[in-house]
Amino acid sequence: MNDLATFATPTEEIDLPELEKSLRSPRTLFSFCMSALTLVLTSLAIIPLFSVLLMLIWRGGPSISFSLFTSLPPAAGMVGGGIGNALVGTLLVVAIATVLSVPVGVLAGVFLAEIGRDSAAASAVRFSAKVLTGLPSILAGVFAFTMVVLLTGRFSPLAGGLALALLMLPTILLTSEEAIQMVPARMREAAIGMGATQTQTIWRVLLPTARPGILTGILLAVSRAAGETAPLLFTMTFSDYWLSSQVMAPTASLAVLIYNFSKSPFENQKEIAWAASLVLVLLVLGLNLSSRAVSRWSATK
Amino acid sequence: MTSVQTNGNIAPLENGSDSVMDVNVRELYYGNFKAVRDTRLTIKKRTITALIGPSGCGKSTVLRCLNRMNDLVRGFRFHGHVHFRGKDIYDQKIDPVAVRRHIGMVFQQPNPFAMSIYRNVAFGLRLNRYRGNIMEKVESALRGAALWDEVKDKLHTSALAMSGGQQQRLCIARAIATQPEVLLMDEPCSALDPVATRKIEDLMQELKKRFTIAIVTHNLQQAKRVADTTAFLYVDTSQGGRTGYLVESGDTREIFENPREKYTQDYIRGEFS
Repeated sequence: MNDLATFATPTEEIDLPELEKSLRSPRTLFSFCMSALTLVLTSLAIIPLFSVLLMLIWRGGPSISFSLFTSLPPAAGMVGGGIGNALVGTLLVVAIATVLSVPVGVLAGVFLAEIGRDSAAASAVRFSAKVLTGLPSILAGVFAFTMVVLLTGRFSPLAGGLALALLMLPTILLTSEEAIQMVPARMREAAIGMGATQTQTIWRVLLPTARPGILTGILLAVSRAAGETAPLLFTMTFSDYWLSSQVMAPTASLAVLIYNFSKSPFENQKEIAWAASLVLVLLVLGLNLSSRAVSRWSATK
Repeated sequence: MTSVQTNGNIAPLENGSDSVMDVNVRELYYGNFKAVRDTRLTIKKRTITALIGPSGCGKSTVLRCLNRMNDLVRGFRFHGHVHFRGKDIYDQKIDPVAVRRHIGMVFQQPNPFAMSIYRNVAFGLRLNRYRGNIMEKVESALRGAALWDEVKDKLHTSALAMSGGQQQRLCIARAIATQPEVLLMDEPCSALDPVATRKIEDLMQELKKRFTIAIVTHNLQQAKRVADTTAFLYVDTSQGGRTGYLVESGDTREIFENPREKYTQDYIRGEFS
């Protein structure tokens, strides 16, 4: 009655494969085809990215020059010109959005991760932030239009900055919360065991330790905001001139410049739009790469 | 076997000048779970007191009562008292943050901050807004923790790059830099190899000259080697739960060579470390 005895004699029932690789075997062939399919589909997925990049370099590249960054946009039918004021405008509006959203986002992240972790307020904020992540950007523009443009009676970078801040906030908030939660519990314990108050624990241990994660979140949020067009269309509109001392006025941005000039019948303006697109993509790409560099740098430290 | 309710063999309460802490954990709950009961200890100045006992007997819990680290645990309730400098640290008027500055702690896992060695040691000084020469204090704390010679050339490199044993000595340096009166050590060697363990034990003998130490250890040999006083805790399962309580405490040699309680005898005899 030895059950193992059945294993002692070779049986024909189990058909073990040949040792050599053979494409004629259906199993190997199927496996090969599936691997090839994943490769094909992966290439398909990156085609849009590379075609956009190549097209931008091909069409926009030749227009990149020093004067592109120092000149004002050309009027219809004019030659030359640049995107200087639009680049400055984009940097300004993103800076305003960052100043508005980073303190709120990071401190709210501290609250969610540390102070009121399980409170009803925290779960409400967490839920709202997740909903806000999916907010169509044009609605952020509507919000800023109502809050700032209607109140002040003019289009301004402040309104644009508020719209972008609204889009950046959930990303910053949720990544900050996660980064703070990732700080090992024993470091928090060490600080409290030293007689640190909650505030000291947060400022001296949790935030410094979570800094790379928080920075990554901020850079990702900034790179997303920099490319937004819709919220700027009716909060900042556009301007053909440099920023003046009158800051509360319509202001140019790269995204809106691209939007305007790409519809233009004039070849020169179209070329400027191509060049501006390339500059914008490189800006966003640079921010993305630096956010990855920040997280990698902290991982090796 | 008789009921384990008795604990008449506790060391007599000493109120003499050499007592730094007088502890009475009458009842301690985590939510509805009664974790510890009837544990009285006297911690004497410039001695090492060891808490030993099987897993789950509440020895770490008792240790964490001594600087109110348990306040962080949700549902924690404490009945009893912990007298330190003539005050009950569980009194309403006491600030737990201030308590922890007088009674420092070293944890089971080395837990240096993700900053340089220097800044780790200076951390407590900065918390206390120390205005003097920080470098001097850092050096003396590192010397006190027998770490100075190993790290003096790399004070500004990350503490996380050190070995486990070095990290634990750094944590000791960090704790003693602010000169607390009492140092609590919660299984400080359980994550370390025997060589690093030996170093920490030697260090404790040095530290004893200036600080009062209470240590939790699951290593009986370690308690025997380092402690002046030993307290043995055991688990009472008679009421359905797992409640830790003090079986007996006294001179370490007495506890190991001539324990009065049967539980202690059984536990000591079962030693195989």
